[in-house]
This record gives sequence, C-alpha cells and structure tokens, in this order.
Amino acid sequence: MRRREVGISLYLLMTPLVLWLTLLIILPHVAMFVVSLRERVGVGTYAFGLSNYLTFFQEPLYWNTFLRTAIMSVLATVLTFLIGFPVAWYIAKIARGRLGQALFLACLIPFWVSELVRTYGWMILLRESGVFSSLLQFLGLADGPVELLYNDAAIMVGLVYTSMLFMVVPLVTTLESLDDSLVEAAYDMGASSWAVLREIILPHAKPGIVSGAIVVFMLSLGNYLTPILLGGKSSLWFTGLIYDQFITRFNWEQGSAFGFLLLALSSAIVWAGLRLSGQSLRDTMART
Amino acid sequence: MTRISRRLFACLAASLMAGALPSLASADTLRLLTWGGYAPEDVVADFEKETGITVEVTLSNNEEMIAKLRATGGGGFDLAQPSQDRITGAQAEFGIYKPLDLSRIDASLFIPSMLEATKKNTTLNGEVYGVPHVWGTSGLVVNKAKAPDVKDYLDLCDPKYKGRVSYRLKRPTLIAFAFAMGEDPFAAYGDPDAYQAILDKVEQKLIECKPNVKTYWSGGDEILNLLRSGEVWAAMAWDTGGWKLNAENPDITFVAPKSGALGWIDTFALPKRGRNDDAAYKWINFVMRPEIAARITAAAGNFTASKGGDANVDPALKARFNESFPPEAIDNIRWYPPVPAGLEAMEGAVLDRVKAAE
Repeated sequence: MRRREVGISLYLLMTPLVLWLTLLIILPHVAMFVVSLRERVGVGTYAFGLSNYLTFFQEPLYWNTFLRTAIMSVLATVLTFLIGFPVAWYIAKIARGRLGQALFLACLIPFWVSELVRTYGWMILLRESGVFSSLLQFLGLADGPVELLYNDAAIMVGLVYTSMLFMVVPLVTTLESLDDSLVEAAYDMGASSWAVLREIILPHAKPGIVSGAIVVFMLSLGNYLTPILLGGKSSLWFTGLIYDQFITRFNWEQGSAFGFLLLALSSAIVWAGLRLSGQSLRDTMART
Repeated sequence: MTRISRRLFACLAASLMAGALPSLASADTLRLLTWGGYAPEDVVADFEKETGITVEVTLSNNEEMIAKLRATGGGGFDLAQPSQDRITGAQAEFGIYKPLDLSRIDASLFIPSMLEATKKNTTLNGEVYGVPHVWGTSGLVVNKAKAPDVKDYLDLCDPKYKGRVSYRLKRPTLIAFAFAMGEDPFAAYGDPDAYQAILDKVEQKLIECKPNVKTYWSGGDEILNLLRSGEVWAAMAWDTGGWKLNAENPDITFVAPKSGALGWIDTFALPKRGRNDDAAYKWINFVMRPEIAARITAAAGNFTASKGGDANVDPALKARFNESFPPEAIDNIRWYPPVPAGLEAMEGAVLDRVKAAE
C-alpha cells in the first residue's frame, strides 16, 4: 500500500518534467530532424535524403561561417574569463559582506533590461555620431568622427558584456569555498603570487571556470541579436544563417539541418573542452 | 512524420515565433497581419465603433508573414497583407491562403487599373487571392548636400562615397542593381539559367561595391537614423523614408533612379484557416473608403489603391511625391511581377556570398 502511494506521488511530481521534456524539447527536435532529411524536388514535392547536410560540407561559406562563429565564441569565453576572474575574486575574497553583495548586484543590474536594449545601448556608445566618438574628439585624441561600430571588435564587446554574469556567478561560488588558510600557508612556504594562483586558486576554481565557460560559450554561439546588430558588413554568424534559411528563403529543410549541425558541433566542442581540462560534466555540475 | 506530431510541431513553431500562443479569437475579433502604419489606432477605433469588431494588429514583413502562415498552415490570422508579387509562389508551394470572394468586396472603391493588375498577378489556377491596398516604391534616398550626383543605383558604388552608402542585402537590391546594369531580371523570372546569369553579374558588382557600404541596413528605423545623423549620404530605401526625412532636413529626399524605381503593392489576402472572413471583408471595404484611405496614407506615408483616396492627403506629402516622381519617372516604375516558387533559394546563395566576401 505505502509502496503504491510513493509510486503515484513520484509520477505526479515527474509529470511536469516529462511533459516539458517530451512536448517542448524531444518532439520538436524529432520533427525538426525529420524535416532536415527532406529534400525539395519541385513545387510542394519532397524526397528523402541527406543533401541538406551535404550542402553544409560542400559549400565552404557555411562551414567557414560555423568555424568563425565557434572561434569568436571561444575568444569571447576566454575574454569573459580574463575580465570576470578578478571581479569574482574581489567579490568573493576582498569585498566581503555588504560591499560584496552590492558588487554582485551591480553585475546583475544590466540584466534587468532586455538584451535588445543593452545592444542598442552599445550602438549609441560606439556609433560614429555616438558617445565615445564625441568624447575622443573632445579630448583631442581624434581629428574627426571615429566609427567604432560594425566590426568584429564591437561584436566581441557585446558578447563579453552579455555573458559576464554567467562567468562571475559560478566563479564567485567556487572561490568562496576556497579556504583562505591554504593561500596563507602557501605564502608562508615562500610561494610566489603566480605559484599560488597556479597551484592553489586555479585548480580549486576549475569546476567553476569550466561550468562558466560552457555557459558563456553556448550563449555566444547561440547569440543572434548581438552579432547581427553590432557586426559589420562581412560578419556572418551561424544563427543568422539559420534564421535566413527559415524566414527569408522559406527553406526549413536547410535551416533544420543547420540547426542540428549547430547542436552536434557545439556539443562536440564542449565535450572536447571537458576532455582537455580533465573535467567531467557530472563533476562540474555537482561542484558548482 | 505523423499527422499529430506535424500539427504539434506547427503549433510549437508558431507559438515560438509569435512569442506566445495566439490568443483564441472570438467571433467579433479580426486578427490582422500587416505592416507598420497600415492600421493606425484611430482607424481601428472607428472600425470598432462602427462594427463592434475588435482588431488585433500584428506587425510584420513579407518574409515573416509567409513564415508565420506556413508554420500554422494558414491559421492564426484572419487577414494578411503580403505584397502582390509574393502571393502565388507561396500559395503554390505552401497553400497558405484561400481564394477571395470578389462579390463581397466593393470594387467601386478601388482604382480600376490597380485592382485589375493586382487581381491578374495574384491569380493561381483561376482563383484570385489578392486585392490591392497600399502601394509605393523603393529607390534612392539621397542627402543632396553631400552626394549631389547620385542618380541611379550604380552611383552608390562611386568611390567618392566610400563608407557613406547603405542598402539591404535582400532581393530588391539584386533586382535594382540588375536593372541599373541594363538587364531585365523580371523577364528572366521564368528561366532559371538566364536568371542565374544575371544574378552572377550582380553578385560581382555588389562585391566590388562593398568597400563603399557602411553597413547593410535591416530595419527601416535603422536606415533613417543613419541618414539623419549624416553617417550615410545615399542609400537604397523606401520612398516614404525619404519623404519623412525631407520634412526634417530639406537636403535629404527620395530620388527615383534613372533605371526605374521598384514598385510594390501590398494587398489583402485571406489566410487559409482564418476564422472570421466576414470581419476581413468588412475591414477591406472600410479602409478603402477615400476618407479612411487618406488617414492611412498620412500614417504610412504611402498612397493607397483607393479611388479618390489621394484627394484629402496632406499637400506637403503630395508636393514631395511630385518632386520625386516627375511624370516620366512614374511611367518608368518597375512593378514586381509574381515571384515563381524557388527563386528565393537562388537569390539567397548570392546574398550569402556577397555578405561573406571580403
């Protein structure tokens, strides 16, 4: 009798999760996969085949775009880490109590407005008639208006800004659990600051770094707004290609194939990253 | 794919695109899929007062309209306003519209030549799918103080204007450049090989022209801002944008290019699974009344196919129109013929290559 009751409540608790997974994640993906295996033969007629996937590998434009997107996302992840780590260290170890909370909140505040508004903010700052350009002219550092928008550096700024929080939060969590006495002991033993960072702090923070890096990488790779709005006339982004296939070309078949390739390739990159850093996904998720 | 999962997928895709599940429309609601300015609030309010029908307006563009209706198999909206050239291709391929019952539309409200031309272009298998509403052109918006000699699309590639030019990476740009290069892309619509040959030439030209481009604009407000701030001196854009800027800065205006402005007509079409055709026909006959049409012209900036609809229009707008379009330029407008299904894929590959080129 008791056993049965446990069973029912378990099923009831599981229902939302199972519904969510099947209805919103598994079924659409299955349907999309089927669409991606369809080839358009003529008006309204379709055949089964792999040509949509072949197109990706045969047309250099598409895999070059994917490569470019992946490399820029990795770069964005590294930059976010380099900027986020000192910030997280300061919040976790130096500015404790009220100040720490306030700083943490300051990291959160940009996320109170939508990504679109944040990106428009950057456009106002970086454009030729914008704030930075006027400031540089006012200070005499530039003779005429300077265009800072519409290039890859602008995309990078946007990506790093958008994903900073997702790096800082896991880093703060792992760094807070680091026992200060370990650091002190290392100094007592005559270790240099660099050695302390390399031997004590980074190994301890590794799970936080890895999980932050995964999130930031996936967010950048899947970002649509920032690269489209801030990017220049030659800057293709893989998600932009998918949008174009679905919306402007009416080519759902190709778009679905691209979507699956993005899923597969980005998973492969994350897996490779985990292997290189000697982490398993389970450890990373459990310890942060 | 089974029927059920297909339905589900369609529903999910639609809800994702719309941002939320489409609200369940009651009998006295008209769900209108249209462009900015085509259903001004005061017109919607008057329509509600007169008929008791509430209007839910969703703003969109040609590509999104087709994508949305395709995702739902033609459901979710009761009336859509695609351009006349984008109806038959989409209908042949995806079957997203239903034929119009012309007896329920008051033909006397329309300019006869425009009504006939649109009916002809939106006829598939003997059924008519569209009647005209708003028309306009795309051509050049030029800051005459800074770029006085931009008269045709190819002038945008003049090295003098390096980094001061903008246009969209979309099919109108391909068509416009083809005309400016002396080709006739519309004549080649039915012949894929000939069309590809034209596209190849245009691709070459657009890649050569790339150093001149500041950015490829995508939104109407974006290009207006770039022209307003003086960051861009000449652009390919819609006539209304040029006239709007002309009101703020007399140096900037719309120029009908030598090789011809590209003329579009946005229509009324009934989505296949629309649930309130009565309301749709009432709306069509309501907004085509001359006095209502004049108010839509004031909001959208473009003229309508309503007979006498230009009588009450703001004289300043008329003056700008006449300045941009001397009579010979009107005769020179290139009206888009229906786009055959599958053309977009060919154009897409070209646009991708232009974007990727260094």
